[in-house]
Amino acid sequence: MKVDDVIGIVSEKLSDEQKKRGVLIHAFQSLQEEHNYLPEDVLVTLADDLGLPLSYVYSTATFYKQFYFTPRGRKIVKICTGTACHVRGASAVMDKITDEFGVKDGETTEDLAMTLETVGCIGCCGLAPVATINEDIIGEIDNKKLDSMIETIKE
Amino acid sequence: MPKLSSPNDLKEYRESIKNKTFDPDALRARVCCGTACAATGAHKVIDSFQKEAADSGVEIEIVKTGCQGICQKGPVLKIEPMNIFYQRTKPADVASIMNYSMVGNMPYRQGLYRDSILDDPIPLMNDIPFYKKQKRIALRNNGVVDPNNIDHFIAVGGYAGLEKALFSMSPDEVLNEVDKANLRGRGGAGFPAGKKWAHTKSAPGDIKLVIANGDEGDPGAFMDRSIMEGDPHGLLEGMAINAYAIGAQYGFVYVRHEYPLAVKNLKIAIKQAEELGLLGNNILGTDFSFTVDIREGAGAFVCGESTALVASIEGERGFPRPRPPRLSQPGGGAWGFPTNLNNIETFACVPIIIEKGADYFTSIGTKTSPGTKVFALTGKVKNTGLVEVPMGITLREIIFDIGGGMLGDKEFKAVQTGGPSGGCLPAENLDLKVDFDTLWAAGSMMGSGGMVVLDEDTCMVDVAKFFLSFTQSESCGKCPPCRIGTYQMLQILERITAGEGEQGDIRKLVELGQYIQKGSLCGLGQSAPNPVLSTIKYFREEYEEHIYEKYCRANVCSGTGAFVIDQNTCFRCGLCKEACAFGAVTETKTRYIIDRNACTQCKACYTACPIDAVLIKKPRHVTLEEVFKVPTEDIEIIDRRARMILKDILDKKPSAVITVTQDQTADAAVNLMAEKKVSDVLVVDDSGKLAGIFTERDVVRNIHAKINLETTPIKDIMTKQVTSFEPSTEISTAIQVIAKEGIRHLPVVEGDKIVGMITYRDLVAYVLPEVIYMAEAIY
Repeated sequence: MKVDDVIGIVSEKLSDEQKKRGVLIHAFQSLQEEHNYLPEDVLVTLADDLGLPLSYVYSTATFYKQFYFTPRGRKIVKICTGTACHVRGASAVMDKITDEFGVKDGETTEDLAMTLETVGCIGCCGLAPVATINEDIIGEIDNKKLDSMIETIKE
Repeated sequence: MPKLSSPNDLKEYRESIKNKTFDPDALRARVCCGTACAATGAHKVIDSFQKEAADSGVEIEIVKTGCQGICQKGPVLKIEPMNIFYQRTKPADVASIMNYSMVGNMPYRQGLYRDSILDDPIPLMNDIPFYKKQKRIALRNNGVVDPNNIDHFIAVGGYAGLEKALFSMSPDEVLNEVDKANLRGRGGAGFPAGKKWAHTKSAPGDIKLVIANGDEGDPGAFMDRSIMEGDPHGLLEGMAINAYAIGAQYGFVYVRHEYPLAVKNLKIAIKQAEELGLLGNNILGTDFSFTVDIREGAGAFVCGESTALVASIEGERGFPRPRPPRLSQPGGGAWGFPTNLNNIETFACVPIIIEKGADYFTSIGTKTSPGTKVFALTGKVKNTGLVEVPMGITLREIIFDIGGGMLGDKEFKAVQTGGPSGGCLPAENLDLKVDFDTLWAAGSMMGSGGMVVLDEDTCMVDVAKFFLSFTQSESCGKCPPCRIGTYQMLQILERITAGEGEQGDIRKLVELGQYIQKGSLCGLGQSAPNPVLSTIKYFREEYEEHIYEKYCRANVCSGTGAFVIDQNTCFRCGLCKEACAFGAVTETKTRYIIDRNACTQCKACYTACPIDAVLIKKPRHVTLEEVFKVPTEDIEIIDRRARMILKDILDKKPSAVITVTQDQTADAAVNLMAEKKVSDVLVVDDSGKLAGIFTERDVVRNIHAKINLETTPIKDIMTKQVTSFEPSTEISTAIQVIAKEGIRHLPVVEGDKIVGMITYRDLVAYVLPEVIYMAEAIY
């Protein structure tokens, strides 16, 4: 990964220190894509490579919700709990999935089959209540769709 | 692709693609591929179209457009040249749509929009009520062009604004035009974009930046997403015009990581624009160079705040910082370069202002808020989706005309605008004109444009708790008012909704809220208490019900209310007994009963009952029903009367006010009392102001004291300390006062004017129904 490529043309105006910090979030994102979470040794290596203090790297990574420090499930189930979904019954969807798989918000099943999360808004408020399984969006969830959703997660 | 190096090149290029793009006579399907329609199967519909076209040999063009707005009815599409609009299209419908509307020239009725199943279908898009009152500026290309095809954008007049700015206007003229249009920031606060641009332009330094804020974190708002996904070139053009006006060289679009499609479409758009010479070095052959990069957020709501966003771009934790320096000042922007930051929607309005002029823009909307605003209309309304309306339209028009009214014909309760920073407005505000200043004055705000409609099944306390728990968990933790204050407010709300509210909770919420507003560092904290404060302002009685009566009228909050089984509805399936984990539902030979001593109000029975026979009532009502045998329908009357004020009694029973002047004798007053059959007279001074009261008690007292009533002026023996009441005093308060002070007459005074007289008898008569039921129970 080339620092200048990530930063873009503006890098011609930046100091090395600024560039190193500037790529940090992008680096986390691509590392997480590769490892599915941010393992400790990977963060140590990243800090060494960039010459930044590990404490700085770790504090930045933990600030953002997108980054995880424990392994995640193969299916990531995100239940939208945005306003529109909330008033159209997102909590019922959440309860049902919680009961079915025995995991709470932010937890992963022991066999790493699925991780359950909530998300502030997916931006599909017209289809509330909404959930996503990996990249797929499921909208207007009713009891029937909920059952088929559970089947999909179990596959 | 050739690089365009002069305005002529662009004109020629536009001419050359005109023939092959959007031929008005060609058969075309514009299929919405926005996130919502994609989720409901738009891509499968497109596959069917391609297959049908190949099978039947009909040549059609398929345009995969961005969001067309009416997300609830997706997948939606438009068939041209007839302009027929289809909704909820399934792949199985495609063959019929093609046969009817492309081979033949008529609409396929089953696929058309209808207001309800009883109404006639509406074939044309612009005849549908949802679109009728809309005016599209920021969303002008959404639903028209394929976002991944720059030719489409140029063919409909894209980059004409940039061309005009570069070749026929100086940077200052561009800036003045935007300033004259009074374009106000669409991100929520409504700060004039022209002023912001001028600040950045006047800042010293050669290097300047332009940032488009696409960190759309407000739950319930998705207009920025639609623009980035559906019209990325419109955004880029707006940014380039901005850069030209203020002399910036580098641009960034900061996109939420939850929006992968927006990132993809923007990347494609930037690449295409650079290839054509519309971005990058020497744009259209001029000296002006401007590059745009994308920065992905990483899931922090606070990064929508400008200083936090800049920190995030620099690779720091997204902490906001105190201003000044503002972003536009040296040392304030990203890496210290003066930076102009605007919302996505703001940039999307810029090309139109330049192309058509400020006068066109100010001719739309209101004087202080010109132009249009995109709202994400969601919640309990029939037609949800994105709507762009001129400023100054009323909330009622948006919700009932465009939105088609309430879902399931429930009663409208409130509309929440502005997301977690905004507030809830009740039904009496439905005729408010929507613009920045009016909403602000009403205690809410425009915000990013989320508009969530709430009905009678929504608990306002629960909604306030929902928003606060969102801001509480999104607080970055830097400043204590926000970090600790929102936590404490949330704790109080948790207690109230769990049925454990205490007296004084509302006051504490208001005080804490005001401290947080004043003491917080950034906009997140300053606006976090708004949902709570506005619901207390407009729906205080719901808070009081939760706290004092342990009752939630929307049956949302568990831990409140008294659970009873309606024996007339119940068909004894026993599911409630099965559902109860505390053994509170007991079974007798003929019915099921809930034992309220064992009930924990967990709502398990309420949700288990298939026919809604489990009712949640006010605990006090249940006592009235069961102990005092008051019929249910009468309880409402009693309840309503208890909430009534003295004015209601006066309106119901207009009573003559008998007055005497101070100098008249007591004897005259006694005669008047006998003649008019009243137990008191009011004594007034020369200006008609209440000076004292003379009642039967005074008569008895004075006769007993052997005072000569015939000669004594009344002012010497009247009661001078009069407790008077205002018409707005609640009846319950009045009863408490007369009991405490031992008085029987209540003069009602408005300012200096005496407007009526109510006696304790009037009060008793008024609340008689309740008294009768209690009396019957006692004897």
